[in-house]
Amino acid sequence: MSTTAVAHHDEHAAHPTGIMRWLTTTNHKDIGTMYLTFSLIMFLVGGCMILGIRAELFQPGLQLMKPDFFNQLIGVHALIMIFAALMPAATGFANWMIPLQIGAPDMALPRLNNWGFWLLPPSAILLTLPFTLALFGIGDGALATGWTFYPPLSIQGGIGVDFAIFAVHLLGISSVLGSINIIVTLFNMRAPGMTLMKMPMFAWGWLITAFLLIATIPVLAGAVTMLLTDRHFGTHFFDAAGGGDPILFQHLFWFFGHPEVYILLLPVWGFIPQILQTFSRKPMYGYKAQVYSFWAIGALSVVVWAHHFFTAGMPVPALLYFMYSTMAISLPLAVLFFCWIKTMWRGSMSFETPMLFTVGWIILFGIGGLTGLVLADVAADAQYHNSYFVVAHFHYTLFAGGIMGIMAGVYYWLPKMTGHMYNEKLGKLHFWLTAISFNLTFIPQFFLGLAGMPRRIPDYALQFAEFNMISSIAAFVLGLSQLIFVYNIISTIKGGKKASDQVWEGAEGLEWTLSSPPPYHSFSEQPIVK
Amino acid sequence: MLKQAIRNLSLSLFFLLTSPRVFAQYSWNFPEPVTPMALDTLHVHNKFMLIVAAIFIVVLAIMIYSLIKHRKSVGHQAVADKAPSTAVEIFWTLIPFAILLLIDFVIMGIPAYHSVVMMEDTRNESDMVLKVTGSQWRWQYEYMGNTEKGNQNGLEDAKGIKFVSNLSTPQEQMDGTITPVNDPERPYLLDVDNRLVLPVGAKVRILMTSTDVLHNWWVPQFGSSRLAVPGFIRETWVQVDKAGTYRGQCKELCGKGHGYMPVVVDALPKEEYKAWVVAQKEAISEASAGADKEWTKEDLIAQGKIVYEKNCAVCHQVSGAGLPPAFPAITGSKISNSPIFGEDGKYLPDSHLDRVLNGIRVMPAWKAVLNDTEIAAVITYERNALGNSVGDVVQPAQVKAARQ
Ligand code: HEC
Ligand code: HEM
Ligand SMILES: [Cu+2]
Ligand SMILES: [Cu+2]
Repeated sequence: MSTTAVAHHDEHAAHPTGIMRWLTTTNHKDIGTMYLTFSLIMFLVGGCMILGIRAELFQPGLQLMKPDFFNQLIGVHALIMIFAALMPAATGFANWMIPLQIGAPDMALPRLNNWGFWLLPPSAILLTLPFTLALFGIGDGALATGWTFYPPLSIQGGIGVDFAIFAVHLLGISSVLGSINIIVTLFNMRAPGMTLMKMPMFAWGWLITAFLLIATIPVLAGAVTMLLTDRHFGTHFFDAAGGGDPILFQHLFWFFGHPEVYILLLPVWGFIPQILQTFSRKPMYGYKAQVYSFWAIGALSVVVWAHHFFTAGMPVPALLYFMYSTMAISLPLAVLFFCWIKTMWRGSMSFETPMLFTVGWIILFGIGGLTGLVLADVAADAQYHNSYFVVAHFHYTLFAGGIMGIMAGVYYWLPKMTGHMYNEKLGKLHFWLTAISFNLTFIPQFFLGLAGMPRRIPDYALQFAEFNMISSIAAFVLGLSQLIFVYNIISTIKGGKKASDQVWEGAEGLEWTLSSPPPYHSFSEQPIVK
Repeated sequence: MLKQAIRNLSLSLFFLLTSPRVFAQYSWNFPEPVTPMALDTLHVHNKFMLIVAAIFIVVLAIMIYSLIKHRKSVGHQAVADKAPSTAVEIFWTLIPFAILLLIDFVIMGIPAYHSVVMMEDTRNESDMVLKVTGSQWRWQYEYMGNTEKGNQNGLEDAKGIKFVSNLSTPQEQMDGTITPVNDPERPYLLDVDNRLVLPVGAKVRILMTSTDVLHNWWVPQFGSSRLAVPGFIRETWVQVDKAGTYRGQCKELCGKGHGYMPVVVDALPKEEYKAWVVAQKEAISEASAGADKEWTKEDLIAQGKIVYEKNCAVCHQVSGAGLPPAFPAITGSKISNSPIFGEDGKYLPDSHLDRVLNGIRVMPAWKAVLNDTEIAAVITYERNALGNSVGDVVQPAQVKAARQ
């Protein structure tokens, strides 16, 4: 790939400044920055909530909170981490990087883009407001059903459930708007000469994600709306007494919920190979194989949903089908791992912070994937299901596979976005603290699950005491380490060593041809890709 | 509040670190299996874990080799990849995927298939049927009787026995007033008032249902767990092959008491099981005799206090103050202070007896859970204690009549 040079020009009509700049902006970089900032804040909020949980679980007996409040923290932690931390981070990167990577001046639908973002803060408020209302004696707090909303518990629940339903609606609309924008941008605004099969991998990851979002968010929206009408308008979709079925909700929820995990991960799988090729100083291996694997995983992800509730009872053929189809996902995933490792193989590697995070990410996400393969076994899942084993498993995929991937991306692109180098020493310290305390937090949870500790319990029997204590201490180290990350980002935005345009010795792709930071309007003249 | 919390934390930390017994309890794998299902699960789990651990280590080793050898700082120059082109290269590229295919669908897939078939075979060869009902936040067990095969095997028929099983850990240990007591006989949070009793070696078909929200009946050493869905019957089975006491918990989030509905099962050898069944049946006939006699107010109140604290206090609180707005107070409540019976001697709709028998919204119906004496006693208690003093009594015979 080679490109024509782009002149730096930042003229154009004066755009508003101050708060109005951010409220009305249609600039993809401004919107990307807002998404990323929002994501970081919510990551800290969700993290504080779960540290409350880990403090309570530090030892047996209830010390800090009532069980009801405990349940609220768990569910809201998950909704915030998934919908307000991980997804907006991926969307933030999409906004920043997709136009830069495909040589476009901006996203295709800039106003829609602005809306997509500004729906997020209200939904975060909706999610957390019931906590505050409860302090004033209104309602009994936030959603206490876990993030899965299962009826009939969610039908019994208080106003927190309604608030969460509306929050999910707003978040869903935001995601669908963002997805439409990305699809339209990718199909229409690529630089001349950039065929689909020359598109950067990150763009491919997002393209599949966007299709998955558009396919599954409406199902979630439908399901929670049915819940809302069951709660308030006398319908009986999920109530056996009226001819409904509580398990129907689980089918609808996980028809969204399983693809959701790939929605969270595909963007990361997109930029991980880009980081790998940069720091291995050789082009990524198996571009086509990776693209086809993305498609395969996208397609499989919508047909395996019932593995999340094997113990709800299903006919044997259905159990077998969902078991084998789930196992099948390991094949395209193995292709990806193969390509990632082959990209490093016989490269000329150096280990700056983004690369450290990426290598750590491959290993930890690998543990998440392999334990997932074991979970597919229906009979053994009767034991694993809803135990701490599952909690450990999905944190290897979501925290390691999701958040740590995003962190790799932040360190990778921060110099491009701000024009300054971050503090490498602090970056490395952040990596090692995160990786070690993450493992110390979640490895004990595998053993807790095997020993029989159910998830979502506020207090536990004494045989679980030791591992919970280790896990809690490590979780606090993990939480505190993130302050280094925040400090590093802020000080990089404020100043620091000037970053070159290419930033990394081995970096290739259109985004590295622009200045650091890039001009307000990215490519005013379209580059030509050969 | 905060001060107390800090004090508790440091006290318990001290306790945990200095108590050798506590530190001896953790484990690294599934607990000892005691049913064929759990044994199978343990084997499958161990095997799969070894396989995935092997995959992990091999791949990690390759990666680490590369991380050490192929780094810039040791002067390694990047060597461009080329796509596999010759037949041999393509063969070697495909080998890992062939191995994975084999692992997924043969080495793991075939044993998994057999386990599923075994797990779902709840009816064949079963000796007896047990109904398990989950309610917020207790389990109710009802023996539905023997199958043909159970009778042939000379299993004592327990049909008709039913009871409720509640957590029995003292409140002050749970709310942090005192540190949880480490008593192996009555483990913290894993002990109940009435244990489920099952005969050793008998295949028990379990019918699972719920009266309110989803619950999940789970004993780790049994290897089976099944969701209890209100309005539906789900099935599973256990066959406990070793006498002993086994403990588990609800594992589907079911509200604020989710962490507080343990399962405790006593597996007894056939003879002891028989003795237990006989004793239970005697108690049932005594209770129904008790239902026909006239009770004094004092006896009813004394009995009612026990019933209340076992069954009602989770929601309405021991003091009767409730937890408004979710759970109303009994003290001074309209229903507990207004008449129960109308002119014709029948109970009134929305009266105290109606509410307790039939429930409404979140308030459970107790008619299938408590017997006549217990219902009469708890109502009498609520009306004449907890700050109420209506003065009347409800006799078991009246409850019996009301059920018709
Ligand atoms: C799961 C929690 C729960 C348990 C356990 C429970 N109740 Fe209730 N109870 C409620 C709720 C909630 C209401 C209010 C129902 C409504 O009106 O919607 C209620 C209402 C009542 C009322 C009527 C109070 C009034 O004035 O409205 C009485 C009497 C009562 N319960 C008695 C009992 C007795 C006796 C028991 C034990 C045998 C019991 N309850 C156990 C939740 C519970
Ligand atoms: C500081 C890092 C984190 C810690 C220590 C942590 C810890 C926990 C704990 C203890 C639970 C409760 C388990 C239970 O009782 O069932 C939980 C639940 C959960 N977490 Fe995290 N978590 C962290 C970060 C994340 C992230 C980044 C994500 C996703 C992006 C995430 C997603 C979830 C989900 C989906 C649940 C399930 C909630 C439910 O049961 O409904 N967590 N976490
Ligand atoms: Cu899934
Ligand atoms: Cu439960």
